[in-house]
Amino acid sequence: MRLAVDREICVSSGSCVSSDPAVFDQDAEDGRVFLLHEAPGPEHRDAVLQAVHSCPVGALKIVEDG
Amino acid sequence: MTKISKAEAEYPSFPMARSCPYGPPKEYEEIREQAPISKVRLAMNGREAWLVTRYDDVREILSDSRVSADITNDGYPLMLPVPMEILKSVPRALFHLDHPEHTVQRRLIMPEFTVRRIDAMRERTLEIIDEYIDAILAKGGTVDLIEELAMPIPAQAICELLGIPVEDRHFFHEYVAGILGKDSDPEQIAVREAEMAAYIERMLVERSENPGDDLVSNLIVRNEEDGFGLELAEIGILVRAIVAGGHETTANMIGLGILALIEHPDQRELLMKDRSLASRAVDELMRIFSISDFGTSRVAMEDIQLGDTLIRKGEGIIASLAAANHDPDLFPDPYRFDITRESVRNVGFGHGVHQCSGQTMVRMQLELIFPRLFERIPGLRLAVPAEELPLKNDSLIHGLYKLPVTW
Ligand code: HEM
Repeated sequence: MRLAVDREICVSSGSCVSSDPAVFDQDAEDGRVFLLHEAPGPEHRDAVLQAVHSCPVGALKIVEDG
Repeated sequence: MTKISKAEAEYPSFPMARSCPYGPPKEYEEIREQAPISKVRLAMNGREAWLVTRYDDVREILSDSRVSADITNDGYPLMLPVPMEILKSVPRALFHLDHPEHTVQRRLIMPEFTVRRIDAMRERTLEIIDEYIDAILAKGGTVDLIEELAMPIPAQAICELLGIPVEDRHFFHEYVAGILGKDSDPEQIAVREAEMAAYIERMLVERSENPGDDLVSNLIVRNEEDGFGLELAEIGILVRAIVAGGHETTANMIGLGILALIEHPDQRELLMKDRSLASRAVDELMRIFSISDFGTSRVAMEDIQLGDTLIRKGEGIIASLAAANHDPDLFPDPYRFDITRESVRNVGFGHGVHQCSGQTMVRMQLELIFPRLFERIPGLRLAVPAEELPLKNDSLIHGLYKLPVTW
């Protein structure tokens, strides 16, 4: 699975980081999302799907699944 | 006098009262089943607004860039008896700003609420919780947990976040008690609010001269160093938004959460046996109570097609979080309190660009408070029958005025 984030629309809710802190992190300077892993392994799948669904502004995308 | 057609006259009045501490007003279920996006009439001013009750529709409309949160727009569904001239005369807080002002202010404050920042507060938060539980145990007899635990813990947490010096904390706690008490009258509240505004103004001047290691100083410094371009007064409004948004909500959630766990011993035991359930338990409590139901009001800035409904430019929209959180399509058996629910993220903190700034902090506090309280006072029980607990039915945020317990 390959992920992409849109930092321009991120509102720093932190919701993705609470879903999977091994994949998502927040920039200490501006609070916005960045990826720790662009292609997380299958063990992250459920948490990543939850993060994508719960992002309040749709800033997270799965660009390649499988 | 304007003529009102029969159908219009029959729009249900809004807000609708909650009849028990759990769950939303009963009417929502019927509305969601029959006409999930339908008109209501605001009790405050007789105007119409759309009530949105399905989870998917609520999320869609709250993340639509064609809606505005501007409370001074004539179409905004007002729930408070504040005259428009007054609303228009004061600067709007974060909740009611739109892009681009909203984006700028949100970016200024959010570094203060990152998951990492909040995690670093865990240990100190547990100390605060223990201090208040110690005091409750020392007091004994019948104790009102709203006064002794639910109100002071978030107030203390915000004091420390803002760096309010120890000698001024009684002022802050008195402010909170004065604003939230059952007997607080509007005049007294206005006086307290003015005192708080003046206090924050002084604090801003002090911190700009002598920045420390606290949220207020950080905002002032970041604003300057990163060229956000806000006036000091605007930072003051931001700080007040954090104070206003952060204490009553959290306090009410603590009180109701304790009630639910007292009244559902099976769920409490599950949590006490497996602390890793704390985060799900907090999510489920947020869902069941959905204490902020209709703060998520908006105005359509263009015609918007939502499902089968065409919402016209200028019309008011109430995206009901309590209704969305009880949508049986997403939450089967929605009225059951079940901390093991494997469900999607509920919208208790809202959705879209205004989603709660304080959510990571609230989650952290609640995840610590509930298990700790029942660990230290395992025999905790209500001191009055649950039906006699006074509900905050007259308030924008659902909660309890009192929670007398004994053990
Ligand atoms: C259980 C406790 C809480 C609940 C249920 C809650 C709920 C909400 C909701 C539903 C919104 C969205 C409003 C909208 O979309 O119009 C919101 C926004 C906000 N909340 Fe909370 N909140 C809680 C605690 C806090 C705390 C502790 C803080 C601060 C420390 C806080 C600060 C804010 C701010 C500043 C906003 C405005 C965000 C924006 O407009 O971008 N809240 N809250």
